[in-house]
Amino acid sequence: MLGRRQIREKWMLLVPAMAVLGVITLVPLVNTLWLSFTDARITAIVTPVKLIGLENYVYALTDPDFQEALWRTLYFTVVSVGLEVALGISIALLLNQEFRGRTLLRALIILPWAVPTIVNAVAWRLIYHPDYGALNSLLFQLGFISSYQSWIGSTQLALNMVILADVWKNFPLVVYVALAALQTVPGELLKAAAIEGAGPWKRFRAITLPWIAGPLLVVIVLRTIEAFRVFDIVYVMTGGGPADSTKTASFYVYQEYFNYLRSGSGASYAVLVAGISAVLILAYYAAARRQDQGSRA
Amino acid sequence: MRRTPMQSALLYLAALAVALFTTAPLIWLALMSVSAPSDLTEVPLRWIPSKIDFSRYQALFDLESGAGERFLSAMRNSVLVAGAATALALLIAVPAAYSFSRRRAPMVLLFAFLATIMMPPITYVLPLYTAFSGLGLLNSKVTLVIVYTAMLLPFAIWLMKANIDVLPVEVEQAAFMEGASTSFTLRVVVLPLALPAIAATAMLSFLVAWDEFFYALIFTNDLTAKTLPVAIADFAAGRVTDYGVIASVGVMATLPPALLAICFQKFIVSGLVAGSVKG
Repeated sequence: MLGRRQIREKWMLLVPAMAVLGVITLVPLVNTLWLSFTDARITAIVTPVKLIGLENYVYALTDPDFQEALWRTLYFTVVSVGLEVALGISIALLLNQEFRGRTLLRALIILPWAVPTIVNAVAWRLIYHPDYGALNSLLFQLGFISSYQSWIGSTQLALNMVILADVWKNFPLVVYVALAALQTVPGELLKAAAIEGAGPWKRFRAITLPWIAGPLLVVIVLRTIEAFRVFDIVYVMTGGGPADSTKTASFYVYQEYFNYLRSGSGASYAVLVAGISAVLILAYYAAARRQDQGSRA
Repeated sequence: MRRTPMQSALLYLAALAVALFTTAPLIWLALMSVSAPSDLTEVPLRWIPSKIDFSRYQALFDLESGAGERFLSAMRNSVLVAGAATALALLIAVPAAYSFSRRRAPMVLLFAFLATIMMPPITYVLPLYTAFSGLGLLNSKVTLVIVYTAMLLPFAIWLMKANIDVLPVEVEQAAFMEGASTSFTLRVVVLPLALPAIAATAMLSFLVAWDEFFYALIFTNDLTAKTLPVAIADFAAGRVTDYGVIASVGVMATLPPALLAICFQKFIVSGLVAGSVKG
């Protein structure tokens, strides 16, 4: 039981954390919400701000460019996370086999994760360079392409090329989570299934996948939350171009704020993006909770 | 189950493919950084440098060269900001984690903390920008330290709580019986036992701060506060004709986190897995 002194201490110990998070996140969040109902602009001199009700939202929700940015972000999120998961599970299955060099390979996988996001973006930008890039040279020398391509200069290719770079950096997390989960799959179960005549694919579908689904779901939702707010890699690799073909939701809000200096309107976009994120965050807790209860049962 | 030779061959082929996929971009980045500028503009490329050229690294470590001044000040800023934010975050996180672990602070609050870092930074950035600008705190390392502390806190509290949960509670109870205060117990009993966890949390926090770009991009504008990620974006955006310079800065920014990740792999991987999966 907690004594009265200890109950008071419970809160005292939390005060610094609550103060920092309150000032740096809660206050700005409320402020952004308020701004979204105003016609505020970023100006050098202080100008009076007028409340304009839902006008910003009406505009935002009917703005075809913003809708396109949201769909683009959705595409980015679904494709990158999908590829990371497919790649992550496959590599984890491979690393779960016994072979010479396994420890080394397991250690190497952490490298992409350790590369700073901006270095990753810059490195891939150089690799995709239309004239001197490694990708063009490699594919040309292997005979896969007959002429150099403008990978991130083409509206059709650019977003997919950014996705590839993002997948390369982020697949290790899925590998490690999947590998940790794979190590808990009971070997006897797999062996018994094999004796019953179940092939490798059937064993994977019927035993392994359900067994690792819980932790996998949690990391999938976590990666979805992160992918949905993508900004850094786009800023460095393409600047949202060509012709807005890589302009994601976060990038859209950034431009509304810092290029067009419309803080009120930008805030309404930001609130909409935050709303979508909030739904994803709730999904994360649902998944994590289910996983936690599953592992306790 | 024995593998057939065919299966073995496929297994090793797959392992080789994974190894190549994982390392090729990095090896190429390193090669670019030591290739002669003319090698890098050959069509098709000259993959193996005609001679190894370390001149860019020399320039990066020379304060007198333009690139060196930009690189070294950014490196200094990154180390100071990430280091200070990590220290501050842990200082605040350990008591908070103790409260969640041993004083039954409501878990809803911890979830709310974690939700703050899951929100896109774009939802916080403008009010912060306005406030720091009003306080005359734009383009200052202090500003980044404050913002990064808030960014690191939730995850640090979360990891520390998970680790304090598994420490034996008996010693603490004995200390309380003897009339020790909570702060004394925290410092003398809990802290030494939690030291490995603190080290792991500090390492992950440092790496997250080292990687941060968005706030640094918006809150800083010159050598006094620009961190490495912002400096690298500048190098890449500028009219550099020698791509090896960009590559060498990239290699230098990758070395510290890569070395940490390789040396403390077990630590980091278990922290990552725990941090992303446990609910």
